[in-house]
Amino acid sequence: MRFVSLSAPSTARAALVTLASLVTALLICALIFTLAGQSPAEVYGTMLRGTLGDATGLGEVGRRTIPLLLIGAGLALAFRAQFFNIGAEGQLLLGAVFAAGTALFVPLPGPLLLPAVFVAGFVGGGLWALIAAALRRVNVNEILSTLMLNYVAVALVTYLIAGPWKGKDVRGYIYTDTFPASTYLPTLPGSQVHWPTLLLGVAVALGLQWVLSRSTFGYALRVVGENPGAARYAGLSSGRVALLVALITGGAAGLAGAGEVAGIHHRLLEAGQISLGYGFTAVIVAWLARGNPALCLITAPVMGIILAGGDILKIDLNLPFRVVDIFSGVILLCLIASEVFVRHRVQWGRA
Amino acid sequence: MDNVVIEALVRALAVGTPLLLACLGAILNERAGVVNLGVEGLMAVGALAAFAVAAGSPDANLWLAVGAAMLAGAALALLHAVATVTLRANQFVSGLALALIGTGAAGLLGKRFEGLPLFNKVADWTLGSFTISPFTVAALLLAGAMAFWLGATRSGLTLRSVGENPAAADVLGVNVGLTRVLAVLGGGALAGMAGAFLALSYRSSWADNMTAGLGWIAVALVIFVGWRPLRAIAGALFFGFLYYLQFRLQGNSPIPTEVFSAMPFVLVLVVLALAGMRGQAGNAPAALGRAYVRGER
Repeated sequence: MRFVSLSAPSTARAALVTLASLVTALLICALIFTLAGQSPAEVYGTMLRGTLGDATGLGEVGRRTIPLLLIGAGLALAFRAQFFNIGAEGQLLLGAVFAAGTALFVPLPGPLLLPAVFVAGFVGGGLWALIAAALRRVNVNEILSTLMLNYVAVALVTYLIAGPWKGKDVRGYIYTDTFPASTYLPTLPGSQVHWPTLLLGVAVALGLQWVLSRSTFGYALRVVGENPGAARYAGLSSGRVALLVALITGGAAGLAGAGEVAGIHHRLLEAGQISLGYGFTAVIVAWLARGNPALCLITAPVMGIILAGGDILKIDLNLPFRVVDIFSGVILLCLIASEVFVRHRVQWGRA
Repeated sequence: MDNVVIEALVRALAVGTPLLLACLGAILNERAGVVNLGVEGLMAVGALAAFAVAAGSPDANLWLAVGAAMLAGAALALLHAVATVTLRANQFVSGLALALIGTGAAGLLGKRFEGLPLFNKVADWTLGSFTISPFTVAALLLAGAMAFWLGATRSGLTLRSVGENPAAADVLGVNVGLTRVLAVLGGGALAGMAGAFLALSYRSSWADNMTAGLGWIAVALVIFVGWRPLRAIAGALFFGFLYYLQFRLQGNSPIPTEVFSAMPFVLVLVVLALAGMRGQAGNAPAALGRAYVRGER
């Protein structure tokens, strides 16, 4: 068996390969469920009924789609620049921390406070990612550094809510006081879908798509990502591109963090409650979209179904929430392993 | 005073053992040119496989348990080998997927073992007040053996050549793909053994997320020790000592607990940055992270 290069791989081929790898991934997951003594039909049936079957389920999918869309769109841009940001989880948390700090301690009049909360979220997430971009300048692989920063971010949140920021009126629990009511975001009735953040996510996804395909910076970013040698020859600074990309992708995750605390929790609480595994799942959102921020409008809800489905499986079939990691991992592996089939066709036998 | 030193050494060696085993495994596949970031997942399935074989029966065969752990690690690593060597997928992202699959599958399949007792754990060897796990001794011997094998034998040279210059190795008749696949399987088996140590000796129980980030630290350790097996002993001891400090100072000092839980990860960043500034990255195998395609440069 050998691979023969295709000169111009078509979009249809890419879509078909993506779809085929998704199906393969779901089949592999079915095998794992069988090994765990579960009927795959029951698992998938329960997931679909619980997420798409009624308004409550759809609301849960919608709620999870919001951070996935924001983070995924930013990651899609980052992956195109070959900046493998795996630390969106930590950047989301830092966004939540900065947003909470602003909401709790900055004395701004009502209408100004909410925008300030989101700006603070962007700054928090962006700065956390900038650490990784700066470390890359001394040859520290950003996958490792962003991952390590996730663990540090979790410790930071725990320290704040159990220590200096611990609420005055809470006993026994660890979280902060509630934010002023002027920072609360409206939600769709009967759900936790804070729609202003959803609209922000749509705007970010479309905006980043425009940046990527139409702006000078987007062009520089694609050249740096696809052909670093040519970029250097053309005088494009890959270091500067990486810094900007980190700021954008981290900032988008930070916005997601601000949206979660302002839209749902109204306070800073434990890391595991702020993020339901959004950072890692968004990696799959971006990879499914093959590096197109706008396509995350489709892929974020798809992964939202899987995240919400994980919770349904926990409640209905008593499975650990870790099944979401299996879905994410298998889908990711199938996606990247199938990439060779987008740009090559297979020829059987010897050359 | 002596007792304090001995206790520190004993504890550092204990936490250092899974780090050393996993790090040696990662050195093995990285010297052949394949990065595997999935060590955390490989350790998780190794721990589960070992515990599944050993739990529940007082006369369970511990050799079999360790064997099962190494087999489970190698089996999961096979996915990585196929994806990155045969299908030329991005090694970094594939490793990340592997970490997710490994920790996820261990969490799902291991749920029924949570809280079960282990009647037959791997006993430590005692010399006065000094205790050491057979796993630690095995890891130390393995580090020496691997240093000798990579540096002084023909097959070791073959493995290194595949990581440094696969095209030249190919011309000389070395099967680049097969060598890389075997190296990845070997790395997976060693990471699985690190997991077996956690399940059968260090914690002697099974719990979700029992690897607690050790796998990621092992991956970073490879860079820190410059891809050298003997230096890995010192690196693993250093981080083992850090974990011991965390354990000792927790609750006994005005410093908040969270500082200690974040410390190993902050230190990895500092250490990697220092290694990067010293130009340590230059020690990396030249073809590390790149798929080999005959006729392509």
